[in-house]
Amino acid sequence: MAEWMTLADAIASYVSDGDTLAMEGFTHLIPFAAGHEVIRQRRRELSLVRMTPDLIYDQLIGAGCASKLTFSWGGNPGVGSLHRFRDAVENDWPHPLAIEERSHSDLANAYVAGAANLPFAVLRGYAGSDFPRVNPQIRSITCPFTGEVLAATPAVRPDVAIIHAQKADLKGNVLLWGILGVQKEAVLSAKRAIVTVEERVPSLDAPPNACILPHWVVTAVCEVPRGATPSYAHGYYERDNAFYRAWDRVSRDRERFGAWLQYVLRAKDFEEYLDLQRDPQVQAVYQ
Amino acid sequence: MSASFTSEEIMTVAAARMLSDGTVCFVGIGLPSTAANLARLTHAPEAILIYESGPIGAKPPVLPLSIGDGNLAETADTVVSTPEIFRYWLQGGRIDVGFLGAAQLDRIANINTTVVGSYDKPKARLPGAGGAPEISSSVKEVLIIVKQSKRTFVEKLDFITSVGFLTGGDAREAAGLSGNGPTAVITDLCVMRPDPLTRELKVSNIHPGVNRETIKASTGWTVGFAETCEDTPPPTAHELETLRDLKTRTALAHGIQGDAE
Repeated sequence: MAEWMTLADAIASYVSDGDTLAMEGFTHLIPFAAGHEVIRQRRRELSLVRMTPDLIYDQLIGAGCASKLTFSWGGNPGVGSLHRFRDAVENDWPHPLAIEERSHSDLANAYVAGAANLPFAVLRGYAGSDFPRVNPQIRSITCPFTGEVLAATPAVRPDVAIIHAQKADLKGNVLLWGILGVQKEAVLSAKRAIVTVEERVPSLDAPPNACILPHWVVTAVCEVPRGATPSYAHGYYERDNAFYRAWDRVSRDRERFGAWLQYVLRAKDFEEYLDLQRDPQVQAVYQ
Repeated sequence: MSASFTSEEIMTVAAARMLSDGTVCFVGIGLPSTAANLARLTHAPEAILIYESGPIGAKPPVLPLSIGDGNLAETADTVVSTPEIFRYWLQGGRIDVGFLGAAQLDRIANINTTVVGSYDKPKARLPGAGGAPEISSSVKEVLIIVKQSKRTFVEKLDFITSVGFLTGGDAREAAGLSGNGPTAVITDLCVMRPDPLTRELKVSNIHPGVNRETIKASTGWTVGFAETCEDTPPPTAHELETLRDLKTRTALAHGIQGDAE
């Protein structure tokens, strides 16, 4: 049953050290505010799952929150590398990061399997590639009807899923629209789900078949305006492409990243972090 | 190279020409997206552009910077979830053409986008698979678009992320992969196509102003030329104008957006 609470309380109550944590949002509605709160509360040894780690996990990895990453495409979209992720994999900085690497199709199917309470996903994939050589979890299964050999991979079953959405009503029913990614599947595959939203409204006024997560599959719901920035929230604000480009400079260098991280830690919440961005001293970190 | 267009422009134009009107195309971000949208804005107005983030029939007014930009969703015929894109549309066999990029490519069109060096201790950790392995094994035809150099066109891949023709010959079919695999590799120097029997990539078209020596010097294996090898027709005025307009609109849109935030 969804409970309205602050994001700080939600992370404190429902995300523990060592948890398997999936924060989803495919370019759109990436829950950055929640990522910052996890950093601020200094969670450690997290096993992170996300199709596209994006800047949100680059930040968590650089801040030392993660010991494992399950992913399928780890780049800065339209810009280049995720340098904190690369530094962890290539140089064990700030400490070693185990990786479980899969394809988009596989992880999307694995979330569906998790949501459907099945132990594994089945897909026509990976044939001839080197993935099964480096990821022993990628196995095969023979169709009992046709004899076709298909890829079988373990379902994603996170302890916690966190997503961002546009709206929730007073009871905590959640509405999202636009590019949906695997947000719904992430919530339904997880033991606990935290949803941050742009606004709390008296009524969703959604048409039939809209993507709604009923309040009783959500654990905590938190009002965090601009909580997906620098990604975007359809109908609310655009993607901050300049930040994605600037992140290449910030993340490339450990010291500069460290300076940026201090501003996350110093802010009491995401709103204060966003206010801080206008400070010329903070601006200098991005130049 | 002629002064009237750049090597990136001829590469984009050559790739766009390969999309026929009405084709259902699975589009990756970057050069593939530029080429697919150029085709849509020139000779293929009915091409259906599908992005892995969920938009089907996207008609973006400017090029998206990321795979899930809002203008893809706003201009699409429909937007579906990511699992649906991969399950019903890609694996379902509804895609004619898939565009892929590559960090490394071998002579039989296998692709690496995972690591340079060993997997456990990589020299360079690359982004990884994304949708590519299942695109390469599910679409009817794969087009690879990539800038040519010895670093990219290598004798042996460090990792096979997405399959072209595996070891060549009929190895692809024997491995149970559907689709015809890569039918062309479009670079900034030339177009290569697989030999029908050995499946080794051979140069089939040379872009204007490029000579064979340059292509050989930019390929990590001893590259062959098809007997029927001919020159790529230069971009038409219409193609160039449309491409440059699109790029200008895109830079303006993203620039303004960036400054405003």
